[in-house]
Amino acid sequence: METIILFAPLVGAILCGFGWKVFGEKAAQWTATGLLFVSAFLSWIVFLTFDGTTENIQILRWIESGTLSADWAIRMDRLTAIMLIVITTVSALVHLYSFGYMAHDHNFKESESYRPRFFAYLSFFTFAMLMLVTADNLVQMFFGWEGVGLASYLLIGFYFRKPSANAAAIKAFVVNRVGDFGFALGIFALYLVTDSIRFEDIFAAMPGLQDHTITFLWADWNTLNLIAVLLFIGAMGKSAQLFLHTWLPDAMEGPTPVSALIHAATMVTAGVFLICRMSPLMEYAPQATAFIVFIGATTAFFAATVGLVQNDIKRVIAYSTCSQLGYMFVAAGLGVYSVAMFHLLTHAFFKAMLFLGAGSVIHAMHHEQDMRNYGGLRHKIPKTFWMMMIGTLAITGVGIPLLYVGFPIGFAGFVSKDAIIESAYAGTAGGYAFWMLVIAALMTSFYSWRLMFMTFYGTPRGDAHTHDNAHESPNSMLVPLYVLAIGAVFSGMVWYGAFFGSNDKVGKFFGVPYAAAEAAAEGDHGKLHYNLVGAPGEGAIHNSPDNHVLNDAHAVPVWVKLSPFVAMLAGLALAYQMYIRRPDLPGKLARQQAPLYNFLLNKWYFDELYHFIFVKPALALGRFLWKQGDSRLIDGGINGLAMGIIPFFTRLAGRAQSGYVFTYALAMVLGIAALLTWVTLTGGAN
Amino acid sequence: MGNILSLTTFIPMLGAVILALFLRGDDVAAQTNAKWVALVTTVVTFICSIFILANFDPANTGFQMVESRPWLLGLQYKMGVDGISILFVMLTTFLMPLVIAACWNVTTRVKEYMIAFLVLETLMLGVFLALDLVLFYLFFEAGLIPMFLIIGIWGGKNRIYASFKFFLYTFLGSVLMLVAMVAMFADAGTTDIPTLMTHSFGTENFSVLGIQIVGGMQTLLWLAFFASFAVKLPMWPVHTWLPDAHVQAPTAGSVVLASIMLKMGGYGLLRFSLPMFPVGSEVMGPLVLWMSAIAIVYTSFVALVQEDMKKLIAYSSVAHMGYVTMGIFAVNQQGIDGAIFQMISHGFIAGALFLCVGVIYDRMHTREIDAYGGLVNRMPAYALIFMFFTMANVGLPGTSGFVGEFLTLVGIFQVNTWVAVVATSGVILSASYALWLYRRVVLGDLIKESLKTIKDMSGREKLIFAPLVAMTLILGVYPALVLDIIGPSVTALVGNYDTALATFDAATQFASQ
Repeated sequence: METIILFAPLVGAILCGFGWKVFGEKAAQWTATGLLFVSAFLSWIVFLTFDGTTENIQILRWIESGTLSADWAIRMDRLTAIMLIVITTVSALVHLYSFGYMAHDHNFKESESYRPRFFAYLSFFTFAMLMLVTADNLVQMFFGWEGVGLASYLLIGFYFRKPSANAAAIKAFVVNRVGDFGFALGIFALYLVTDSIRFEDIFAAMPGLQDHTITFLWADWNTLNLIAVLLFIGAMGKSAQLFLHTWLPDAMEGPTPVSALIHAATMVTAGVFLICRMSPLMEYAPQATAFIVFIGATTAFFAATVGLVQNDIKRVIAYSTCSQLGYMFVAAGLGVYSVAMFHLLTHAFFKAMLFLGAGSVIHAMHHEQDMRNYGGLRHKIPKTFWMMMIGTLAITGVGIPLLYVGFPIGFAGFVSKDAIIESAYAGTAGGYAFWMLVIAALMTSFYSWRLMFMTFYGTPRGDAHTHDNAHESPNSMLVPLYVLAIGAVFSGMVWYGAFFGSNDKVGKFFGVPYAAAEAAAEGDHGKLHYNLVGAPGEGAIHNSPDNHVLNDAHAVPVWVKLSPFVAMLAGLALAYQMYIRRPDLPGKLARQQAPLYNFLLNKWYFDELYHFIFVKPALALGRFLWKQGDSRLIDGGINGLAMGIIPFFTRLAGRAQSGYVFTYALAMVLGIAALLTWVTLTGGAN
Repeated sequence: MGNILSLTTFIPMLGAVILALFLRGDDVAAQTNAKWVALVTTVVTFICSIFILANFDPANTGFQMVESRPWLLGLQYKMGVDGISILFVMLTTFLMPLVIAACWNVTTRVKEYMIAFLVLETLMLGVFLALDLVLFYLFFEAGLIPMFLIIGIWGGKNRIYASFKFFLYTFLGSVLMLVAMVAMFADAGTTDIPTLMTHSFGTENFSVLGIQIVGGMQTLLWLAFFASFAVKLPMWPVHTWLPDAHVQAPTAGSVVLASIMLKMGGYGLLRFSLPMFPVGSEVMGPLVLWMSAIAIVYTSFVALVQEDMKKLIAYSSVAHMGYVTMGIFAVNQQGIDGAIFQMISHGFIAGALFLCVGVIYDRMHTREIDAYGGLVNRMPAYALIFMFFTMANVGLPGTSGFVGEFLTLVGIFQVNTWVAVVATSGVILSASYALWLYRRVVLGDLIKESLKTIKDMSGREKLIFAPLVAMTLILGVYPALVLDIIGPSVTALVGNYDTALATFDAATQFASQ
């Protein structure tokens, strides 16, 4: 069954991409979409019937060289199962949505068949993503990793006539390659120390390598910390974390369904998945995980600040994604992998929904993406409005704090984001990460409501004609929104226990053995505590014996539990004040605080900085090496040498005028003659 | 089938002789006949080589199907194949029919052109199969002459300069190699390659002109061979002949040069340098590793700013050969497996990329990147194939380009992390130059007036690419096809190398006590 889930999208991609000429455009699109729905259906069956026991399914041999051996294989465990439903569900819905969204595209002529190509790319992406999450070794994961990179490149550059889209596509691929550079080095290092690249062997070797050191470049390093950081660099690239985030906002050049599928719900979460997958390694790499927490928290903060002032509706959501990914990394870095996966799951629903909702708005507004030209749209497109509203309630974390009826009551984001913030408090003793995330929560609420208010409330701005013709999207676009809305509302409450319950529930869900903690009685109402005690690789995640963050997260002070809720209300109030009651305020503020405003509007000037310190010097260096190194130094040197030598030889060769070929042949023949003479003189080869 | 190797090697020569003797006239019919004769000959050669592969036993790490008979002046004519060489033979025979098909549009001196390629094939096969020093040298050097003619007669405007450079570089290398061969014969008393592989050449340090030579005679011999192979590969800093040669060569010539002839250098390192001069290799190894790492980064940067498509791909070739030398001198299973794999895979990928340039060069007669843009609008099939090979070139997993790069990097990481890090950064640079090239040529709107009528690939062109696409994909998904064949021989090679070094270390320790 897993094999069918995995390969159905590939078959769909091939049939759709190459077969549409044979059986028609529509049929091709339906083939791809149908196969994706099959995949999604089977994924849910697998997810719901999965008992937590890790399973390996071998498909084909792949790279085998000495002790290095990587197969094409499927590793089925809870992490995989979660990713399966996330990927296939969102992907299937995005396929369906694309029927409506891609029906007419002003970037293409009416006669051009761009749709099958689009669907084929989407299906191919899904296949690569599934390969990534089902891998049982790092190299297959790397295959998926780069495969989704390729799909992302193709889809961002889908409007191939637009220079900006092409530039964004290359940027995405190259920046991701920077991450892959770290990832690859991590794989090499892991192979060096464990003599294997299969997860099973690697995991088993981890505890024993705790104090191992390795010589890397100029110094000796703690092996596991080094490897964890290298792998995390890969994760930073794919998940657009600070310093390697610059490609994500530009990736919005792609069609909106792509943004929803790849740049919100699935591909960008691959980094988080990688860290969770490597939990047996992360558990023994404390410095590295501290670094992950720091980067995650900083990204959450940074991206939120930029999101505050963006005017392109998709860019706001893109920065929001970047910021939310930071949350997940904080959780993963703290060792509460289940919580990271929890937010990954809920985020996939509500963020895909927000993107698709934004797509619906853009569709209604004839591909206008600037929110300054929106306004008052809630009457024009009520269904889209309500869907966006649900998404906003979910992302800003609306719920009833402190009420617990076996699970908290609230939208998906409320449950999972609070889980992360509480873990951050417990894991860092109320430190940097905690405060960054709370502040980011405030800003999340502000920019999300700002988006809602600017788009759906107030008076229509911009082109009147466009506003008059704004129309609700077709059902093929609305149905996916409805389905995702279910997830955005309920997924938090339904799976609270499995991801953020007590350790026995989490352990059961993830297939990890658990045991009652020794120090159970310590305060805390005499409630029995559990710890995950599985050996590395047993079950889907691993906790070292001294990882108590999950337990501690449930015992944080009340004000900590309230803090994200308060932050959310503050953000809402602020947005309401600025965009509903006093719409003149934002402009005034921007003028007053021009330097800060421009700093944020220009995304902290990262693009300009990178252009200045990487792109330009690279081209200059290339030109220098070419003109000075190759042409002047090497060729010049050799020509100089030649001018001395050649005349000498030509004189020797007498009147041989027929050019270099002749000279050369002659030299060779002379050489062989000399050799033969020598051989004969010394009595032959025997 | 006792002489299958000779048969395979000399069938193309036979075809060339037939063309030379029996084909008269220069009208269209004669030209077509010449092409068909050449095509059939190369296909027959390929079929013969399949028999070699079928009879080959990977588990046997010695030479197989050996033919040995006395030859001129007491020399031996000796051919044989082992796990190291067999795939180069297959690569050659596989590509040659495609090369012939790729020059179907040539109209000047067609007969001679075909003869040149057929002779070249024989000589290239000879290089990979020869088991005697003199024989090897003959094939190795003679192979340059047809290539020379191909560039010189059917090449571009600036072919004299290219030939000039080509000549200088190779000449110097060859002379040194010849001297080394004489020295080897003087020392070992034989030119038989298998015997030489078990012969230990002197390793006592001595000094020349006051410079202490560590590893003694082995190091000197190693250097002499290296000079020749490094030029051939080519390695930085003796690579500058390659971009010029490629730019001036006709498409088919470029394909042969990039896909097969460059590999003679890598093959030479594996056949001579490592097994015959292990101590020399060990002494000079770090230098090679650094040269490789520099090559990868340096040429990638240079590729970034090229304005000529062929030059860009030529520089990219040099970078990819950097992985090969790096893998070879990591001297471990993954490194050498990866190096051989990379050479085979590069044969398909670089060949295909040069063919891609050829496709549009045939239409527009320019290689200027700036002359193109937006080709995807009129040439969707071309865009797809070019994209595929661009991705293969940047080492996307699932294509054969990945396996070689990955294995060589795994190999080198165990030996030297500095080199590994520098070389790995090549994956970023390769993505940059390759995708940027693709964008400038294929993507964007089609606005240039001259391109408005350009036609997509013809059936013949697609047919040439099909086998290359298939091989790139198959080897990327199931590299065991290659790794199973070369694995045991590489294990033996690495084992012998380590044993030789261990003996040497023990001896020097003993001496110093």
